[in-house]
Amino acid sequence: MSSFFSSALPGATTAAATQATGSPRKGRQRVVLLGLLLLLIVTILLCAALGAYQIDPWRIPRLLWPTAQLDAVDMQTRAVLLDIRLPRVLLAILVGCGFGAAGSAMQALFRNPLADPGLIGVSSGAALGAALTIVLGTTLWPNALHTVGIYAPMLAAFIGALAVAMLVYRIAAARGRLALPLLLLAGIAINAIVGAAIGLLIYVASDDQLRTLTFWDLGSLAGAQWSLLAVATPVVIFSIAALARHSAALNAMLLGEAEAMHLGVPVQAIKRQVLIASALCVGALVACTGTIGFIGLVAPHCIRLACGPDQRVVLPGALLFGAILTLAADLIARTVAAPAEMPLGILTALLGGPFFMVLLWRRRGQLGL
Amino acid sequence: MLAALPVRGATQATASTQPRRVVVAGGAITEIVYALDAGAFLIGADTTSTYPAAAMALPKMGYQRALSAEGVLSLHPDLLLASADAGPPTTLKQIAAAGVRVIRLGERHDVDTVREKITGVASALALPDRGKLLLKNFDDQWQAALASVDKQRQAKPPRVLFILSNSGTQAMVAGQETAADAMIRYAGAVNATTDASGKGFKGYKPLTAESAVASGADILMISSENLAAIGGIERLLNSPGLSLTLAAKTRRVVADMDTLLLLGFGPRLPLALTQLTSQLYA
Repeated sequence: MSSFFSSALPGATTAAATQATGSPRKGRQRVVLLGLLLLLIVTILLCAALGAYQIDPWRIPRLLWPTAQLDAVDMQTRAVLLDIRLPRVLLAILVGCGFGAAGSAMQALFRNPLADPGLIGVSSGAALGAALTIVLGTTLWPNALHTVGIYAPMLAAFIGALAVAMLVYRIAAARGRLALPLLLLAGIAINAIVGAAIGLLIYVASDDQLRTLTFWDLGSLAGAQWSLLAVATPVVIFSIAALARHSAALNAMLLGEAEAMHLGVPVQAIKRQVLIASALCVGALVACTGTIGFIGLVAPHCIRLACGPDQRVVLPGALLFGAILTLAADLIARTVAAPAEMPLGILTALLGGPFFMVLLWRRRGQLGL
Repeated sequence: MLAALPVRGATQATASTQPRRVVVAGGAITEIVYALDAGAFLIGADTTSTYPAAAMALPKMGYQRALSAEGVLSLHPDLLLASADAGPPTTLKQIAAAGVRVIRLGERHDVDTVREKITGVASALALPDRGKLLLKNFDDQWQAALASVDKQRQAKPPRVLFILSNSGTQAMVAGQETAADAMIRYAGAVNATTDASGKGFKGYKPLTAESAVASGADILMISSENLAAIGGIERLLNSPGLSLTLAAKTRRVVADMDTLLLLGFGPRLPLALTQLTSQLYA
């Protein structure tokens, strides 16, 4: 285990060298990113065209044309496209990008390929915040609920995500160094505590609250609406921008925080900003969709295995690949059992897990075996 | 939020136009559609629609509380008849926004709600005459059922404990304001989760061994599916706590009705009550 942790980012010391020499890796990175971009565009078109509701793909441009003369059937088709399928496709992209970005930044910050928002407890912190608001909000903070309205679960999810991120960091870090086993064990402890707390909330919840709560179990994009997107999109884009801004500094921090400090990187400020931005991103997304596991872990890891650890490549790569994975999983979730629907969380794990295993098996050499 | 739905629907489809493609979410409502002899309109139903047999052959839209907007719309319905349990709310809103008339029926567990459901379904299907006929039959049957309850009613009403256990583990018991509680009271018995003054908790609560003994249940009540999930009467009677009740010692278990019949509050309510009382006072 320990050798896996310590050598899982083998290129940490060579990243800087690679940038200087402009080796073949650079060309490969470009090919991978361009390939992912093309694949994402294809996936988006596929997801917009396919679904339980049959729509002839070639009629979509005409259906979306604002001044087109449409009969009643076409109007319904247009409503399905505009109000149900498109928000859902956009939310899938947002979820994939957000988790991909947060995952890649956290993995770089913690110098650990396992540090995904789910594993260290940030996602469950967000879920707990939302669950607390749903079940106890009207008793505990009615005034706050009155002020922020429907965005209360989102705000609470953000606070929960932030609190857990801070706590985990506080437990596992001292004097600029980070104890990786401590980090993961703290994550396990927090996941256990949050699991129990949510269980307790489920136990005391009323029937109506219970129905809202079960939605957090496996995650779903079915709640996608324009109003929800209007709130979540700016938050996620802002967070991703904040994370992207620190890519070069995160590269330097891969050498070790003390070493990065000597290189002139404002380590403490960057740690704080990356944690807050990741928590903001995860909090907003979990509030919209419930907990969707695996994307934040798998997407950046796959890119790192393909392109090396340069955060300036891993981050955009993880954005693109995360979006592709989420779109594909959601497409299957909403079509395979039509007219009923499968929970998305099952599919992200079912698709991502084996794929991840094969990748790990093929790259065992690079991971220290 | 959802209160506005029928109004919106009504503006798009006038009352005189008869819906041709109807989907249902909720077993009791499906039963009413068939009882109105309008089963031919149905093009889809949810997984709780298990009666009559013809309903099982309809395309399944998933569980009534986890409907998918695109999935329901893919059947191209012009009317969705939904129980109060159906959802999630966002999905119903999206379905209504796509031009489908969405009508929700039946908030409570009592006879009047069943009558409202019958009237509501009949008027939504533009079949008011058949609705009146069905309602009259229903009322007659209900009066007969009540009369039969009165004949069998005992001076000291038995205490009945209703057990819910879909998975066979983690059994729950029915408190007040549940369909099971309503059935027990219609049958002239007492819900064993209430105390001497008739007070008790609301909704379903996990069954603990000690509270099972404290309930002082004379009779256990469970649906046939749940009994099968637990593994038969012996297993039920031997479970901790329950084994110490009078009900277990006298082996008094009512378990011959499926969930939809016993708790569905559909057009077969009089039948359910008659069957229940005949088993309670056997």
